[in-house]
Amino acid sequence: MSALADDTDDESLGSALRRSTLLRHGVFFVALAAVLLVATYLVSPFHDYEIAGVAIYTIAAAGLTVLTGANGQISLGHGALMMIGAYTTSVLLQWRPGLPMIVTLLGAVVSTGLAGSIIGVAGARLRGPYLAGATLALAVALPQIPLHFAGVFGGNQGLNVASPTAPAALGADFPNERWLAWLCLAAALVTLFLLANLLSSSVGRRLRTVRDNEVAARLAGVDVARTQVLAFVISAVCAGLAGALFAYWVSITSPTGFTLTLSLQLLTAVVIGGLGSLTGAVWGSIILIYLPVLTGDLASNLSLSSDVANNVPLAIYGVVLVVAMLVFPRGLQGALVSLARQLARVIRMRGTVLPAVPSAPEQ
Amino acid sequence: MRAFLIYTVDGVTNGMVYAAVALALVMIWRATRIINYAQGAMAMFTTYIAFFVIEHGTPFWLGFVIALAAGLALGAVTERVLVRPVESRPALSAVILTLGLLIFLEALAPMLFGAQVQSFPAPFSRIDLTAGGTQLYFSRFDIFTVGSVLCVMVLLFVLFQRTTIGLRMRAAAFNPEIARILGIRVGRMLTLGWALAALLGALAGLLAAPVLFLYPTNMDEVLVFGFTGAIIGGLESPVGAVVGALGVGLALSYVSGFLGSDLAPLGSLLILMAVLMIRPRGLFGMTRQRQV
Repeated sequence: MSALADDTDDESLGSALRRSTLLRHGVFFVALAAVLLVATYLVSPFHDYEIAGVAIYTIAAAGLTVLTGANGQISLGHGALMMIGAYTTSVLLQWRPGLPMIVTLLGAVVSTGLAGSIIGVAGARLRGPYLAGATLALAVALPQIPLHFAGVFGGNQGLNVASPTAPAALGADFPNERWLAWLCLAAALVTLFLLANLLSSSVGRRLRTVRDNEVAARLAGVDVARTQVLAFVISAVCAGLAGALFAYWVSITSPTGFTLTLSLQLLTAVVIGGLGSLTGAVWGSIILIYLPVLTGDLASNLSLSSDVANNVPLAIYGVVLVVAMLVFPRGLQGALVSLARQLARVIRMRGTVLPAVPSAPEQ
Repeated sequence: MRAFLIYTVDGVTNGMVYAAVALALVMIWRATRIINYAQGAMAMFTTYIAFFVIEHGTPFWLGFVIALAAGLALGAVTERVLVRPVESRPALSAVILTLGLLIFLEALAPMLFGAQVQSFPAPFSRIDLTAGGTQLYFSRFDIFTVGSVLCVMVLLFVLFQRTTIGLRMRAAAFNPEIARILGIRVGRMLTLGWALAALLGALAGLLAAPVLFLYPTNMDEVLVFGFTGAIIGGLESPVGAVVGALGVGLALSYVSGFLGSDLAPLGSLLILMAVLMIRPRGLFGMTRQRQV
């Protein structure tokens, strides 16, 4: 179930909105786009750059949410899929430096879609630890390819990518960071819109059925293997798109950017936000970008050594993952939703002398 | 031929280190149905402890034993404090928990011990031996690596097959309900299992560090290779894990020797995928109907 749908599923909205998921999501995303457009104007170019980062991580985390949250397949190798997208973009730009961004993004989407379908076909035969092991091996193995084929991929130095410049129509002093933020936000909003619709469609139901009970899914006529491959491809395409934008964002594509840590960070984002919720993927991505900023400020205030300062965010991710599993298994989004439900219940209880129904058991 | 012999000896030596990790993973998997993704990071951390105390004047072998003891303690604490509460939850919870521990330990190590790459002392010479003028292809350290892992494996085998406590541990892993009815403290057995597995991991860390150097992520690849070995072996069988890990060690040694060391992880991926395509539950795994 998409939490984005919950956000707008309000009694005060018109019945047309309630009937049509597409319309409801459309209205919500257009409104969100307008708010974000204003927001990018209000902040400095540096913050626009951070917003672009949030958008990029959101795309990858949302894809992983579809795979792990909705379909129940785990991937420890999404950083490697982002790498495929980033290198596709970078190699295309090496070949034809003037290629428009839409072409390189499409190239990245196609190449990671292909890679994702190969991994997905292999992965659909695998369960639990076997799938995790295969994707873990992918995360460790893939960054070695650019090192071995240094001629094409630039080896350890990597490939430079020119960051996109704002079109002249926006004015001479329009910051490039803001333009990049717009592009990344547009990509993120389109991705989230498509995924939110997908998850509330019959495809989404099939994904969840396979996650919850494979045998029942098969009895109901769902092709389990095909559904799993589909989930992998969707999620890989998202990772590829995120990787392509990532290449523009950091202006350089090198193997050191796509270590196992990146894969684990993406999983962290998905888990912190709450498995299965697209809104959770957004929360998780915000934390991935802003936690290092916060701890960096804190570390420079406390004048900590760089060995300590650089690793505080990672240590916090680790602790948060552990604590989340021990205390909030449903993530930040789940915790917020249950908090909101409890508040709503308290307010309702005040209105009536006796609660009409016994309170539902807590999950 | 000479190159082939060198790579074979290398492969067996590395394979024994992977086998220690693989066996540790299998022990935990059999007992608790959890893959301990933090196995490598825990080994890295205990190796840093050895490095720290040796740097501060402790004799090498005392530091070695301290690291093994630290592994034992870390394993027990991990099971008791972190893993026990999520045991009844969906499998994904434990996966994410051990990944969280992996991230945390890899961040904590550079905070405590510094992020720079350290050279870790080898207890024996790493220069190849000669016997009567002929060059042999292994060093004293290679012998120590293979010997110590073999020694620990034999001890574990004796523990599990020939002692009451081993029988209790097997019973607790095989059927916790019945074991509990028979008066076995299942929780304690699981804690002991994790502790012993972490001890094995700590040994792997100490044996890998002189070769790989010591840095916070130095065991990542070792974990992947050990895991690959364990999966090829089918995750259920300790013998399968050791055979699988030795196979991975040999194959990777040939790949990096003949084709280039960058390709070793890629080779591991290809081997893993090839085996899993033919047998989705590994070579030694029981072909079982998917659980309903």
